[in-house]
Amino acid sequence: MVSPEAKAKAAAGAPAIDAGSAEETVSCRWPLLVLFLGAAGWLVAGSLLGLLASIKFHSPMFLAEPAWLTYGRVKAASAALLVYGFCVPTALGVGLWLMSRLGRVALAGPVVAGFGGGLLHAGVAVGLVGVLRGDGTGFLHLEFPAGAAGLVFLGYLLLGTVGVLTLYRRREARMEAAQWFVLAGLFWFGWIYSTANLCLLVFPVRGVAQAAINYWHTGNLLGVWMGLMGLGTVFALLPRLAGREPGREYVAMFVFWVLLLFGSWTGIPATAPLPAWMPALSTVGTVLSGLGVLGVAVIVHQTLAGRYGSVWRDERLRFLGLGVAAYVVGGVMQVVEALSGRSWMLHFTWFTAAREWMQVYGYLALVMFGTVYAIVPALVGVDWWSRRFLRLHFWLAGAGLLFVAAPLAAGGVVEAARLLNPALGFVEVSRGTLMFLRLSTIGELLILAGNGLFFVNLAGTVAGICRRALADALRRWGAETTGEGAAA
Amino acid sequence: MRHGALVYLGAFFALALSWTGFVLTPQMQVGQMVATNTVPAGARYPVARPGLAQQGLQVYRANGCAYCHSQQVWQQGTVFDVMLTDGGTNQPGVVAALQAVMPRLSRPEALQLLEGLPKPVLRGVSREEAESAVKKLTTSGAKATLWIEAVGPDLARGWGKRRSVPEDFLYDYPVLLGAQRVGPDLADVGVRQPDVGWHLRHLYAPASVVTGSVMPGYPYLFEKRRVVGAGSADALALSGDHAPEVGYEVVPKPEAKALAAYLVSLRADAPLFTAPFSVGASGGPAAPATNAAPTAGGGVP
Ligand code: HEC
Repeated sequence: MVSPEAKAKAAAGAPAIDAGSAEETVSCRWPLLVLFLGAAGWLVAGSLLGLLASIKFHSPMFLAEPAWLTYGRVKAASAALLVYGFCVPTALGVGLWLMSRLGRVALAGPVVAGFGGGLLHAGVAVGLVGVLRGDGTGFLHLEFPAGAAGLVFLGYLLLGTVGVLTLYRRREARMEAAQWFVLAGLFWFGWIYSTANLCLLVFPVRGVAQAAINYWHTGNLLGVWMGLMGLGTVFALLPRLAGREPGREYVAMFVFWVLLLFGSWTGIPATAPLPAWMPALSTVGTVLSGLGVLGVAVIVHQTLAGRYGSVWRDERLRFLGLGVAAYVVGGVMQVVEALSGRSWMLHFTWFTAAREWMQVYGYLALVMFGTVYAIVPALVGVDWWSRRFLRLHFWLAGAGLLFVAAPLAAGGVVEAARLLNPALGFVEVSRGTLMFLRLSTIGELLILAGNGLFFVNLAGTVAGICRRALADALRRWGAETTGEGAAA
Repeated sequence: MRHGALVYLGAFFALALSWTGFVLTPQMQVGQMVATNTVPAGARYPVARPGLAQQGLQVYRANGCAYCHSQQVWQQGTVFDVMLTDGGTNQPGVVAALQAVMPRLSRPEALQLLEGLPKPVLRGVSREEAESAVKKLTTSGAKATLWIEAVGPDLARGWGKRRSVPEDFLYDYPVLLGAQRVGPDLADVGVRQPDVGWHLRHLYAPASVVTGSVMPGYPYLFEKRRVVGAGSADALALSGDHAPEVGYEVVPKPEAKALAAYLVSLRADAPLFTAPFSVGASGGPAAPATNAAPTAGGGVP
């Protein structure tokens, strides 16, 4: 009998990543689909809200009413959906899959994982309603009110436990880089998310200690956690999809320790009203974690040297490749921002927004798109509903990223320069950024369209296998009843 | 690496280190902070915001104002001014001292300077220079004082008199320092714009008071209703395109009033030991345009 995985491989016409045993595939299937499908839905909702916020710069009184559509709420909701709605569940799903596949063992507790995914999504839904109602916390990258954050955390806890157990039961004793990255990532998220929510929402600390914790959480979430989950995935998938030997393990180890030891000190801007040693130390951490970016560039080059053409021919590799490029650019931008903190204060401008687009969407989301495109056919046993959508998604994502990040970065530099000139009134400064903001709206529109295709494609694929399962069940039932009839 | 436990331990220690540095230490250092005194006046700082302003902070949080406004004024350094307050009786000596301090000053200019004191003699100089000037002037029989002035692009813009310090936020929850400056820094907005009525009109329709504003309006914090009798005392004084139809008035809801009370309570204008400046210092080349009340057409500082 031809396994569904082999069929998918033939259908995709490209090397599938080592399909794994049927047992592994079956155990991963539903938990991952729950995570991915919900995440894709949140992604579309989040980019729609982001677009709304962006349009407000074309006309400030656009949808000034009702209250739940005000700039500050849709902006917060959109940021939260992108991070907690999309990045967290997708990266956790991919992490679980890596634990199972690389350890050559079925997922430990698929039902628990599916339930965890459901809780996570429920938390995001409650959080979204909360933010739009005006119950958002006001803390950046921790927008959800305590109840919703609690649900997200519980969901994460179940998924993380399944991930760690799966690693523990692995049949392949040797761990490869991806496994240490994901293991550390699972641990990291639990610690930072619980600390931040406990110290800010449940038992709030006093004064600017709140700001310190908020900065610490953001730096660790965007820098370390996203770095670990995305790079682990890239290190596992890139060589397999490209049919190459993985890069040198010691380089991966170097990147790993740089992220852990230096990445965890980033995030505090030079201007923060905190004891002066904190921003200073944070700047040093940011500059040193730039070394990790170099390491990533080296390892990717080691893997792909002489084969860049194959990256271009395979859409999944294109997503991963562009994602890695965005990681490098985002890392460099972060160093520039930290170094300009005391003079140009780039971090107060749209440059920061450009850098976050690079890191969250350009890097993590693109890596996750490529990975989901690579693993779902093997999981469900059929190819993607629409190959054309898949190709189009890449172009929309790539062009969208360019149109969002380039104008915002340029606009930020112009804005910073003008803010230094006190003779220029603030209104003039802010109007000077409008052209850049309007260009970036085009980018957001393209990104929204791409995200829409991703969702439809995923939903179409899942609907296809549901239909097939239903038809099979009906046929079996039909055969049984006719069989019984013949016996009577 | 073969052992999951090693990776786990490594990650544990790395994160524990950063947690100790950026969570535990600030909690011990600034989380336990108590009120301080202003320098030199010796008043207690900060005092808690009034109750209405505290409610206003919640409106500020709920509507995400911090996505566009920072509350962290940055200061690049401190400079010193020397103020001549009294010419004394030894005019020739003082003129000589003045010429020593300001080498390009002619005698008639020096005599002119001595009229209508106090006047600045030196501006924007280092502490050593200022102190030696004060010494020269006082030994000649005049009286001179040293003024401290905080400088930097934010202060030049009139966003405050000094940098923001942890004390400014001692009693706030949540502390929303903001990350981006789509709009002006608000750490000191209550000083430059103390008029509650202005804030209410600005919140209702920013462009009604600041021409060309790109700040979104917050009409949902207000109620447009039919005028009954003499009308409400709270009704906004709107004109032109922003005024309601005849027979209607716009009155702030309690949220809007609280928010405006919060905005005028944002004053980081107390000189502190850790962030000193001289009250009334007129400023060096980059004079802050404090208290400049922006009006329609005038823009904001
Ligand atoms: C989309 C970004 C944006 C949001 C959201 C926003 N503002 Fe503004 N704000 C601006 C801009 C731009 C200006 C400068 C133009 C002006 O004064 O209207 C400004 C100016 C101000 C000023 C005057 C500052 C000065 O120096 O005179 C105050 C006060 C203010 N905003 C308060 C608020 C409050 C309160 C909220 C939340 C209810 C808020 N803003 C939300 C962009 C924003």
